[in-house]
Amino acid sequence: MNDLRRKTLLGAAALLLLKPFAALAAWHKEAFGAKSAPDALKSLGAANPAPSQDVVIEAPQIAENGAVVPIEITSNVKGTTSILVLIDKNPFPLAGKFDFSEGALPFVKLNVKMGETSDVRVVAEAGGRHYVATKEIKVTIGGCGG
Amino acid sequence: MAGPMKMRATLAGGYTDVRVLMTHPMETGQRKDAEGKALPLHFIQNLTVKVNGKTVMEGQISQAVSRNPVFFFRLRGGAKGDKIEVSWLDNRGETNKTETAIA
Repeated sequence: MNDLRRKTLLGAAALLLLKPFAALAAWHKEAFGAKSAPDALKSLGAANPAPSQDVVIEAPQIAENGAVVPIEITSNVKGTTSILVLIDKNPFPLAGKFDFSEGALPFVKLNVKMGETSDVRVVAEAGGRHYVATKEIKVTIGGCGG
Repeated sequence: MAGPMKMRATLAGGYTDVRVLMTHPMETGQRKDAEGKALPLHFIQNLTVKVNGKTVMEGQISQAVSRNPVFFFRLRGGAKGDKIEVSWLDNRGETNKTETAIA
């Protein structure tokens, strides 16, 4: 078998393997690779979110263990379709982007790692506009290096 | 190698609470082993929640999510017996999914 044909076959096999996830939105490499929260927001088209009390962050004021910091997020902004979670002082601030469609409420609870005491920003997107809430969480033992 | 997942979906007060646990190292790429060699990045990147085959939540996450991630989501309505499916895909192309019926 010639080399070209083998490569074509390998390519076809790879495509078949990837197909189940073809519909999935690609992982946003640029935003997740950004080293500052404003850069991450810029690359997601959410550069200047308006502060809002309708975005609610529930998290401990002091996290004893930075490896597992529970954060609960609710957006009461009508028509919220997406929630972004950023930890300002982590090496790569963007921790998650959650896109909700009709059947799901704009709510998520998750555990994150925090390297040090930091502001946590949550941005909600609704109708192409962005709203932000910020909460500082103090960390006594960091959870990234070690 | 994808570890086990656990999920619970409970109907209460017109909402369905979904709690899902994934087994994954969520390695940040910043930790070192005993010899001082960096442990390579290994983390879940994509999550999908489906109800009866329809996608209701698509998430993208970073290595900053804690090891063995646990997520809570809340769905509008739902009926006992509706099928909830949660799947993930990591940066090495490994994947796993679990399915449960709303209780």
